Amino acid sequence: MNWASFYAVISGVNRHSTGIGRVWLSVLFIFRILVLVVAAESVWGDEKSGFTCNTQQPGCNSVCYDHFFPISHIRLWALQLILVSTPALLVAMHVAHRRHIDKKLYKLSGRANPKDLEQIKTQKMKIAGALWWTYIISLFFRIIFEVTFMYLFYMIYPGYKMIRLVKCDSYPCPNTVDCFVSRPTEKTVFTVFMLAVSGICILLNIAEVVFLVGKACSRHLSNAGDSTMGAWITQKLCSY
Amino acid sequence: MSWVALYTQLGGVNKHSTSLGKIWLSVLFIFRITILVLAAESVWRDEQADFTCNTQQPGCKNVCYDHFFPVSHIRLWCLQLIFVSTPALLVAMHVAYRKSGDKRHIIAASRSGGDDKTRQVDLETLKRRRLSITGPLWWTYTCSLLFRLIFEAGFMFAFYFVYDGFQMPRLVKCEQWPCPNKVDCFISRPTEKTIFTIFMVVSSAICMVLNVAELAYLITKALMRCSTGISKRRTSGHVATDKSLLQNKTNQMLLSSVTDSSSNKTAYVLPSFPNELFLTGGLLYRPTVLSKSPNSATIVGQRSDVKE
Repeated sequence: MNWASFYAVISGVNRHSTGIGRVWLSVLFIFRILVLVVAAESVWGDEKSGFTCNTQQPGCNSVCYDHFFPISHIRLWALQLILVSTPALLVAMHVAHRRHIDKKLYKLSGRANPKDLEQIKTQKMKIAGALWWTYIISLFFRIIFEVTFMYLFYMIYPGYKMIRLVKCDSYPCPNTVDCFVSRPTEKTVFTVFMLAVSGICILLNIAEVVFLVGKACSRHLSNAGDSTMGAWITQKLCSY
Repeated sequence: MSWVALYTQLGGVNKHSTSLGKIWLSVLFIFRITILVLAAESVWRDEQADFTCNTQQPGCKNVCYDHFFPVSHIRLWCLQLIFVSTPALLVAMHVAYRKSGDKRHIIAASRSGGDDKTRQVDLETLKRRRLSITGPLWWTYTCSLLFRLIFEAGFMFAFYFVYDGFQMPRLVKCEQWPCPNKVDCFISRPTEKTIFTIFMVVSSAICMVLNVAELAYLITKALMRCSTGISKRRTSGHVATDKSLLQNKTNQMLLSSVTDSSSNKTAYVLPSFPNELFLTGGLLYRPTVLSKSPNSATIVGQRSDVKE
């Protein structure tokens, strides 16, 4: 299992997404996963071997590294990307379930020829009804995971900036010892980049929620055009 | 997920590019991405491990390396290649959007009449068809070219600004804390790094030249198309010699006489393109067949591929 197979799994969801959802997926793959794999991983590659402390004391280096970097940025980002992409599978599962039900209905009604069954497989489902709710829930989970990870990042590494020097006095280091982080500026650049793209993804998700809610409202208003409630709402909106 | 995935994505864009665009894509993949992955990455692999400073002071090497190399060449090139490749996806998205619209029309049209086989053939043709770069697609393509140029120029400027030129020095003098006084630090493989830097800069410049040429070509073609369209309209006058002009007139007549129901030919519903599109050289739809449904007059036409 690697990013390539993950990519294969997630890009299957693309078909049932809205336009904004597809843009979000492209941003995720190109500006986050691809940048993580081809660039960021090599920046953090020597983070432990390049972490130098001004002491000969054995063990001090390891202890100080562990104290200041409880979990590496790279691992946090990998977790974030996996958790943020997974709600999209809710939608894929719902679509698969609906198709399974449709197939059963077709078979019961006697239209069990392979052409009709093929048509079910290739048909693109409209985001309405129960699927709409699944989609909205998956969007909310995405937003929650993104925000949670950004908050976690801020808690573990306050300020988003990678410092050059940390002062460590954990046992077995004698007194306070200067420890130097490897490539702090490059790490800061990539941290800011990944956070900015994460922010863009949150905005895209919010836009998609607003779009779906707006579409659902307009659908209800046009469907309820005959009913008194719908007419009342339409009249109220028009009066503004 | 790696450069291979990006290559697969962009390879699909190739179909809808101009010839210059295809050359640009090849230069990008062969002379930049492949060289980066196969050669440059191994040159820069030991950049920090072999960065040696003339001092025993712990931390001095780290600090001096960070001071002289805020962002490594390799990472800058990776980001540059990712940013420069992405505008091409705008074009791919536009084409996909157009094709999905066309698909919906074919399916809707075949539902109102026509057999399954014709629909399948039509859908297959639609999948393989190359769209001509006219109308809104021209604007998307031109915008993507402009973005490419901006990103290329931006990154080259950033490179020059961060590294004060394109040459890698052998020795740097560092006096950052905690280094005692001034310390000599030696960079690993400076000549090899200089060669690869110049190579990548030259490839980048060639790509910029190709983009500028492609932009000029598209603008020239668009101007020629406009002038041909204008001159045709002028010379034809009231007599519609152009097939599409004649067709437009007949369509308008049909619209005005709703209750006439003489024809029973197969109908395809046209998308709502403005009439002007029919007059330009790069037509997508050349209306030839007219038909009417019993309840309303519909302007219809036969789909045909029009190459640039």
